[in-house]
Amino acid sequence: MSSIGTGYDLSASTFSPDGRVFQVEYAMKAVENSSTAIAIRCKDGVVFGVEKLVLSKLYEQGSNKRIFNIDRHVGMAVAGLLADARSLSEVAREEASSFRSNYGHDIPLKHLSDRVAMYVHAYTLYSAVRPFGCRKNTKQAAKTEIEKLQMKEMTCREIVKEVAKIIYIVHDEVKDKAFELELSWVGEVTNGRHELVPKDVREEAEKYAKDSLEEEDDSDEDNM
Amino acid sequence: MLEETGPEWLSEEVKTGTTIIAIEFNGGVVLGSDSRVSAGDSVVNRVMNKLSPLHDKIYCALSGSAADAQTIAEMVNYQLHVHSLEIDEDPQVRSAATLVFATLNGLLTRQPFAVGGSGSSYVYGFVDAEYRKGMNKEECQQFVVNTLSLAMNRDGSSGGVAYIVSIDEHGTEEKVILGNDLPTFFDQ
Repeated sequence: MSSIGTGYDLSASTFSPDGRVFQVEYAMKAVENSSTAIAIRCKDGVVFGVEKLVLSKLYEQGSNKRIFNIDRHVGMAVAGLLADARSLSEVAREEASSFRSNYGHDIPLKHLSDRVAMYVHAYTLYSAVRPFGCRKNTKQAAKTEIEKLQMKEMTCREIVKEVAKIIYIVHDEVKDKAFELELSWVGEVTNGRHELVPKDVREEAEKYAKDSLEEEDDSDEDNM
Repeated sequence: MLEETGPEWLSEEVKTGTTIIAIEFNGGVVLGSDSRVSAGDSVVNRVMNKLSPLHDKIYCALSGSAADAQTIAEMVNYQLHVHSLEIDEDPQVRSAATLVFATLNGLLTRQPFAVGGSGSSYVYGFVDAEYRKGMNKEECQQFVVNTLSLAMNRDGSSGGVAYIVSIDEHGTEEKVILGNDLPTFFDQ
């Protein structure tokens, strides 16, 4: 499927002779090559989980966060080019803030995502800029695991552990060694505020994830 | 020689004198106003409806400069219309108030009832004494009508007819009570 887009890939307002827009394809590749980010909506809230690859041992723990706070009730988890994601998070923050300033209440999420989507679309339309290299990503393995869950019946606390487990499952030990698990949630458990999951809950979730993986490894060996 | 400035009422700002009142009950609100618009000593409109819609179920009671109040109400009506299309929902009263506040500045607060306009001074005692928590819609309407009637009787800049708007989950109801149908009190 890969072609050399020489000459036709300089801007998002150019079609190649076979009708492809290479700049948009490149942007999507940036996301595909990125590590996993997932979000699960449960009975009483939403949980985000990100497989944050640690590219160097020199990075401090917790640096290069991929989950952003947009407003007190809104969070954003990203896959793709982190620099583009940071820029978009600023846009989202300004939209949420000016909405509150003009209308006196929390911005409805659908409206915020419409506004950010319009902004991203504008950057795709206008030839003077390049498209943003980030979007919602769905790795197939993660998708399969998520489909197994009964999300509507589970609470945030239960889902946090499942999210950790899914991230650990999709993490490829061979390709990328070290990773940090970033977890955040918003819902009844946090009184409607979007927050990073507290340390003790995160550690419990990671322990559950690691234990579940070991169990599955063991059961695989028995079948041999 | 001093230049003739003509009669005062030609050069004075057109004010709405006014008595306005709003009260909330469990399930809705009732707003009321008089209908007099004065320019100095002259009544230039005796039947103006000072209860202005900002949205289907959000109304605004006007007082002060007639032109300024109407303009702001129309501007906010437009802004709320666009806003409700964007969020695909009915706008909140809080949003309407914030939009007005953004233009006028001042105090934005929520309270069980409020009175305003030149006629309000004459009825603070009445509303403070007669207000009770937990009134239903009909009792609120009666409270509003009584207050307006008393104020219109004493304030020279308030008078005419009484306009009442009642808003609840079922919808918005506009009513007019003509001068001689208003309740009478001592001295009438």
